[in-house]
Amino acid sequence: MSRRAPLLVTLVAFLLPLLWIEPRTYLTLTVAGLAMGMLIFLVASGLTLIFGLMDVLNFAHGALFSWGAYAGFTAAVLLNQRWGWAAAPSVAANVSLLVIALAAAAAVTVGLGILVERVIVRPVYGQHLFQILITLGATIVLEELIRIVWGPNDQVVPVPATFQGSWDIADIVVLKIPVLAIVLGAAVYAGMLGLLNRTRVGLIVRAGVENNEMVQVMGHNIYRYFTGVFAAGSALAGAGGLMWALFSQSVRPAMGGEQLIFAFIVVIIGGLGSVTGSLVGALLVGLSYNYVAFLVPKAAIGVTMGLMVLILLFRPAGLYGAAR
Amino acid sequence: MTDLLEVEDVHTYIGQHHILQGVSLRIRPDAVTVLLGRNGAGKTTTMRTIMGVLHPRRGAVRFDGRPIHALPPFAVARLGIGYVPEGQGIFATLTVEENLRVATLADSAESRERLRRIVELFPDLDRFRHARAGTLSGGQKQMLSIARAFVNPTRLLLIDEPSKGLAPIVVEHLVEALRAMKRHSTVVLVEQNFAMASALADEYYLIDDGRTVHAGAMAALVADHALKRKYLGL
Repeated sequence: MSRRAPLLVTLVAFLLPLLWIEPRTYLTLTVAGLAMGMLIFLVASGLTLIFGLMDVLNFAHGALFSWGAYAGFTAAVLLNQRWGWAAAPSVAANVSLLVIALAAAAAVTVGLGILVERVIVRPVYGQHLFQILITLGATIVLEELIRIVWGPNDQVVPVPATFQGSWDIADIVVLKIPVLAIVLGAAVYAGMLGLLNRTRVGLIVRAGVENNEMVQVMGHNIYRYFTGVFAAGSALAGAGGLMWALFSQSVRPAMGGEQLIFAFIVVIIGGLGSVTGSLVGALLVGLSYNYVAFLVPKAAIGVTMGLMVLILLFRPAGLYGAAR
Repeated sequence: MTDLLEVEDVHTYIGQHHILQGVSLRIRPDAVTVLLGRNGAGKTTTMRTIMGVLHPRRGAVRFDGRPIHALPPFAVARLGIGYVPEGQGIFATLTVEENLRVATLADSAESRERLRRIVELFPDLDRFRHARAGTLSGGQKQMLSIARAFVNPTRLLLIDEPSKGLAPIVVEHLVEALRAMKRHSTVVLVEQNFAMASALADEYYLIDDGRTVHAGAMAALVADHALKRKYLGL
């Protein structure tokens, strides 16, 4: 199959539902699907580099997603209580709140990510079974810590006024938060491509994803690069968590676990170590989930698994995976 | 004259397997030393132990008199040891130019001069510099792999089976290139192709069952038919 095949598959998945769904509903579902896809992409892109570069299975990635959501949520609540930045009808205040909440989510998860990498992951390089066990253990600890600090119940996230509601464009209802998620996801994707393709650090990371031993025998301290990738991946998970919290207008201690399953599926569909693969895979999952949830609600989760099975049948290394 | 690299009674395990059971080498500066031996004798494991990819349980590796056997691979490389692994280890999804850029540790006048010299030896690297390295032929991949190790001011080059799987005409070209390169660097070579080994090497070590069993001047081995038959089946 050619390099264009993945795009073709995506296009078909994108247009096929038009046969059964009325166009206006289709567009609403598409926006929701793209937004969901972009949010999964934020989680999966970090995961794919972490897995691709050091062959590390990091199940704690979902817990970082939750921590990002709670950190951003806390920042938003505090800012809103003190100055009313979420409720205020001022775009400047609303945007500031969003930016500060995102920064808080990223900062907290970068710190946690470095801690997890140094303390939990470093002793078990190259040992998948131990990685699964210990990162699942870390997930439990991190999730329980959330319950201790913030309590076990769902909490409502204050969504800034500017981003509430929807635009009504030619009778098509377009929710604002999903559009924000799509814009953020696209910006992250562009930023990552730029970083990976135009900087020396990115070059070494790409080489390391392909053959990390070779990068080391060339004199590069791969562990330092890996800590950086782990921290950046954690920040993306955290940002994804906050966006998901705004999207669903709530936070829950276990919210990360559900996203992690999607993210792993996306990483496998897209091909280990490929950022573009993660994006295409995430959009495929997000769109097909929304279309199928509308047509046959009970089959929604199953279609994601079916998609993975189908793709692996034809491309065992995933859509953009280099066979290793 | 002191030795550039000294491997002293090294024992290396891979998992439970005791692969190296006493390998000792003394590598003279500015010479080409070839490691000979049958498949599975421990030649590649010796190279990987020197490079720090594997760590010996017993014995010592010294570079310039300094013990290096506990260092991680990147620290060994930074001492000025270049490694061309068996099977080339090129980054297939990166372009030829990017492969060389990853390999260049510090962009200096010297590294640029070395790059110019290596491109002169392997003009294909310049012609295909924007091609993905995975699309190169076997010989071109090997040239790229050697070039990557050569661009840094290395004092010691470890080259593992460069002729493996290459057509005879390509091997000839490789021999010429390596002959030119040996003027700039000490070389340790693992080579199954005896003709190539004897064309390049000044000294040899014979490794058998994880032990060094013989050493000497390459010219002496070429004349010693009994020894060649016993350990190399020639």
